[in-house]
Amino acid sequence: MLQPTTPEAVKRVLETVLLAAVEPLPVSELKKAFDDDPGLDTLRKLLEELRREWSGRGVELIQVATGWRFQTRPEYQPYLDRLKQDKPPRYSRAVLETLAIIAYRQPVTRGDIEDIRGVAVSPHIVKTLEARGWIDQVGHREAPGRPALYATTRRFLDDLGLRSLAELPPLVEMEKVIDLAAPAA
Amino acid sequence: MTRATWSPLEPAPTWSPDMSEAHVAKLYGEPLRELPKDLYIPPDALEVFLDTFEGPLDLLLYLIRKANIDILDIPMARLTEQYLEYVEAMRSRNLELAAEYLLMAAMLLEIKSRMLLPRPPKAESAQTDPRAELVRRLLEYEQMKQAAAKLDALPHANRDFACVSVWMTGRVGERLPDVTVNDLQEAWLSLLKHARVMRHHKVQREELSVREVMSRILRRLQPGRYMEFAELFDLAAGIPALVASFLAVLELTREKLIEVTQREALAPLYVRLTHVAAHDA
Repeated sequence: MLQPTTPEAVKRVLETVLLAAVEPLPVSELKKAFDDDPGLDTLRKLLEELRREWSGRGVELIQVATGWRFQTRPEYQPYLDRLKQDKPPRYSRAVLETLAIIAYRQPVTRGDIEDIRGVAVSPHIVKTLEARGWIDQVGHREAPGRPALYATTRRFLDDLGLRSLAELPPLVEMEKVIDLAAPAA
Repeated sequence: MTRATWSPLEPAPTWSPDMSEAHVAKLYGEPLRELPKDLYIPPDALEVFLDTFEGPLDLLLYLIRKANIDILDIPMARLTEQYLEYVEAMRSRNLELAAEYLLMAAMLLEIKSRMLLPRPPKAESAQTDPRAELVRRLLEYEQMKQAAAKLDALPHANRDFACVSVWMTGRVGERLPDVTVNDLQEAWLSLLKHARVMRHHKVQREELSVREVMSRILRRLQPGRYMEFAELFDLAAGIPALVASFLAVLELTREKLIEVTQREALAPLYVRLTHVAAHDA
């Protein structure tokens, strides 16, 4: 009874389950919706088809670190913002630079971050990122004081629409950094 | 005077009192040698300007860019002079100067002095350039600065897009028992019925004013002790008495003589006297 027979029907189930979910769902979770496991490959193929079906809409189906989810397309955010009382604040450069160093150099200690930025890292910055769920402590460096090691979380990848750290924008190569730092050189 | 020929900083001279020989600004393309007397410069302009830097490395990168310096061949004397000018400007205005700025000043001066020392003719290659470590740090910081800008440019959840979720009735927190209007009606009816049954045992209907019940409740309440809300109601007393008791509790609460508390939703209500000390006195 609870078994869709055609690929089209399976797709509708996937669509419904994903639309009703509050968190991204991995394929391993999605298959629980079916009595007879359609097989991970089939599900992935159907999800891909579903993604294409939604391509012309204001909402898109995307895959992030923890699974698949529906989200609004960024180009419609200005319209959504009009319905909101206050706009989400932007992070300061200090927060963003700290986040970048943790993302690209993880796991790092506060000392590592301070070495690169040349200024003290205030606890407030770290707390801001921890409260957002974007970074967490993954251990301690076995050095004097056993400083905590920070890394980015899967939530961070989810929130930036990434499947893995490999999808982060590539770092500018050092030689190019020189060009940008001294355009006339 | 290197400062006049090498003047990478457009805004800096306007803030430096000793810069009168250099032009302070350009007006319609013509260099302006003196500040107009009526030009108002907010006293905290420098502070605001310096606040835009994330630290000494950031400030140095700005100076280097402004002057189109080749970062691999930094003229230490000029850069150090320019940097110290900023630090001095900050100090002269009693701005709180982060220790990192002073540390960097010391580092720049040290590099500068080491470059003045005669170098051994051989074996010393570019790797031992006193500037090497500074350059490495500047480049690494610049790299991370650019990475941070790119991260910020990525679409962020709840800033640039929202996660979509269809409204489902079953999603409101944990699943709680469903209550319909009928359930409420039945409960109320059975309460009334119960009260009516009990009333048969009474010889005479007791007339109770709300105020009387208020006093009775206050008397029953022990100072500092909690009493369960339901205990205040005597089902056997009949409906008018129940209503009077309820109104009494409301009135006592309004007059702040008693407190009705509840630890969490659906938990039992508790009642106690408000001013324990006042009653004792």
